[in-house]
Amino acid sequence: MAKSEAEVAQGPTVTAAGDGKGTAAHPLPDADTCRELLETMALIRRFEEEAGRQYQQAKAGGFLHLAIGEEATIVGTTSVMRPDDYLIGTYRTHGHAIARGTDPKNVMAELFGREDGCSRGRGGSMHIFDPERRFMGGYGIVGGNLPIAAGLGLASDYKGEDSVTVGMFGDGASNSGNFGETMNLAALWKLPVVFLVENNLYGMGTAIERHSAVTDLSRKAEGLGVPGVRVDGMDVLAVREIVSEHIRRAREDRQPTLVEAFTYRFRGHSAADPEVYRTKEEVEEWRKKDPITVFRDRLVAEGVISDEAVDEIRERVEKRVLEAVEFADASPEPPLESLYDHLYVVGDQVPGWYAVDERTPEPHRGEEEWEIGAAGEARKLAEAGAAYAGRQSSRGRGPEQTMDDRDAADALEDRDEDEPEEGPG
Amino acid sequence: MAQVRMREALRDAMAEEMRRDESVFVMGEDVGVFQGAFKVTEGLLDEFGEKRVRDTPISENTIVGTGVGAAMAGLRPVVEIMTVNFSLLAMDQIVNHMAAIPYMFNGQVRVPIVVRMPGGGGHQLGPTHSHSLEAMFLHIPGLLVACPSTPADGKGLLKAAIRDDNPVIFIEHETLYGARGEVADSDGNGDGPLVNFGEAAVLREGGDVTIVGLLRMVDVAERAAKTLANEHGAEAEVIDPRTLRPLDLDTILESVQKTNRCVVVEEGWPHGGVGANLAALITEQAFDYLDAPVQRVTGADVPMPYAKRLEQAAIPHAEHVVSAALAALEGSL
Repeated sequence: MAKSEAEVAQGPTVTAAGDGKGTAAHPLPDADTCRELLETMALIRRFEEEAGRQYQQAKAGGFLHLAIGEEATIVGTTSVMRPDDYLIGTYRTHGHAIARGTDPKNVMAELFGREDGCSRGRGGSMHIFDPERRFMGGYGIVGGNLPIAAGLGLASDYKGEDSVTVGMFGDGASNSGNFGETMNLAALWKLPVVFLVENNLYGMGTAIERHSAVTDLSRKAEGLGVPGVRVDGMDVLAVREIVSEHIRRAREDRQPTLVEAFTYRFRGHSAADPEVYRTKEEVEEWRKKDPITVFRDRLVAEGVISDEAVDEIRERVEKRVLEAVEFADASPEPPLESLYDHLYVVGDQVPGWYAVDERTPEPHRGEEEWEIGAAGEARKLAEAGAAYAGRQSSRGRGPEQTMDDRDAADALEDRDEDEPEEGPG
Repeated sequence: MAQVRMREALRDAMAEEMRRDESVFVMGEDVGVFQGAFKVTEGLLDEFGEKRVRDTPISENTIVGTGVGAAMAGLRPVVEIMTVNFSLLAMDQIVNHMAAIPYMFNGQVRVPIVVRMPGGGGHQLGPTHSHSLEAMFLHIPGLLVACPSTPADGKGLLKAAIRDDNPVIFIEHETLYGARGEVADSDGNGDGPLVNFGEAAVLREGGDVTIVGLLRMVDVAERAAKTLANEHGAEAEVIDPRTLRPLDLDTILESVQKTNRCVVVEEGWPHGGVGANLAALITEQAFDYLDAPVQRVTGADVPMPYAKRLEQAAIPHAEHVVSAALAALEGSL
């Protein structure tokens, strides 16, 4: 159900921090802060564009969810958080980590699945993580991060610390059972959490009117004890003002709240999205509210920043992003022998079989008696990933056949079971 | 040594660890004022107060998820899920988060949480409160899985679980809560012995057939072993793995290499069960030593029925284990 232009136009109007005045209503912070906000948003934008391009070139695999258009919600929020506050997000969090200070190099390397990725290629685009900056993760399960946010808040409370957790999630997650459960628990236990719903109007390809009976998400947790407020998520200053007040309420009043930030992703849900569910006109309408260009134009118009300074920002972020790509490209792929790393913390417990292939020097007992050919990459892969596939594997490999002639890629590929492998050995 | 019931042993384990470590706390449905649906947390609220013994709403996924978040931030939550069946409501947090987070974030964060839950039949609780889902948790890399059968193991394993830096699923058996057993006295610091994960217990030695049982089926295995000795002249070796991850497969294999026959008895379902897994591992690792196929004795392949006769018919008994052992021993006695 495509929205009419009138509906689209109406969206942000009602969301502008509730005062209907839009950006101009928010006085500018000092010049340095303004420049920093602009540069961080620009860095995220440029990073995401480049990530999209690298994905097209198959440098990054899996799904890629870009936050282009949502930068003001991200940066407005992180810019009013303390270093000891926790941030936890969704599967669209390259920008959140970067805004918290994670080096774009490590984020890009994670997208590339490389050794220097922030999760060393274990998590990928959907699971960015940087505990040093208390960015407690991107999460691939819609709504799965909500109770974890409550848990982070509980830990602050339990330890008598005044750190606050900001738990960000999408409009689609407001329909998950976790949403209701977590709001109730957070309110019941007075946890210092700001729940921030990045309402980009679509749960994947389903418009909010089609997925949520109550479309005013700021009110959706009221009955569970969590009051909410709406904010124009395309306006970095509006987000700063509202989130900063709600962080204060969490920190000082121990009142969890729900902030609904209206935002919009200019790109599809993921890089593999044909976008049949919305019109080009709608996207164009929102592009007029581009959080970066609108803010930049205002800074230039009010003389806070010169055109030259804008160019310098552009050059700096360009350089950082290209360096990130270069860094990620140069980073090695994780070695096969690292496959089981960090599956368990192996302490002073007696050795048992934690995982297949993990706790015994001879995963294939008696294997030496078998003729399975020379040790090649294929065998290494097979052993690393399917330690007990055994001699009669699911691929139907006969006892006489060897693996000599199969290269690494071949060994990982699914084979058509009906298609006989090479003739009988 | 004192005679202690399982529920008291588990309670003592939590209390000792809570006294020892301020970061340990308990949360779950009715664990506080009500003192636990099975009275396992009796007395904890009085001693430790509401901050550390937290009654929760009936929100399993969020209870576990909140524990995961708290653990990531340095606490050591012990979460009680009222029955194994209810843990299915928390499977997203258990599988996608609790088990995966340490790995998917490359060990940069630990999730030292224990999720306790009782399962098993015998109290006529019917098809939604009586299941044995050890195999489901055993299936999941990243988890440790404990399944104690005696009060001493219950206490020692739970203490070890709480101190462990890995996420632990701790499965108890409803009908064992009242079972008594000898538990070592705690030392001057109020600290009892730990039981290491990955260390099976050989409860009875024998050279004719190995019987592996878990939870209440350990008792069933021991009864069967007595019958085999008294009535059939066969000496069974009874092994309780005590933890399924890590699994002390070596002890089981050593036994099988001696007896050449193995029976696995569990209360869970046959397909994809603990016994199925063990049978595969034993066959792969000790095929040349086997004189008979590994025999499995499992719960009936149905949701647990309510009626007493049917429920009992769905649970393995010593007679089943004796029959399976005799089948394995056929021709050798």
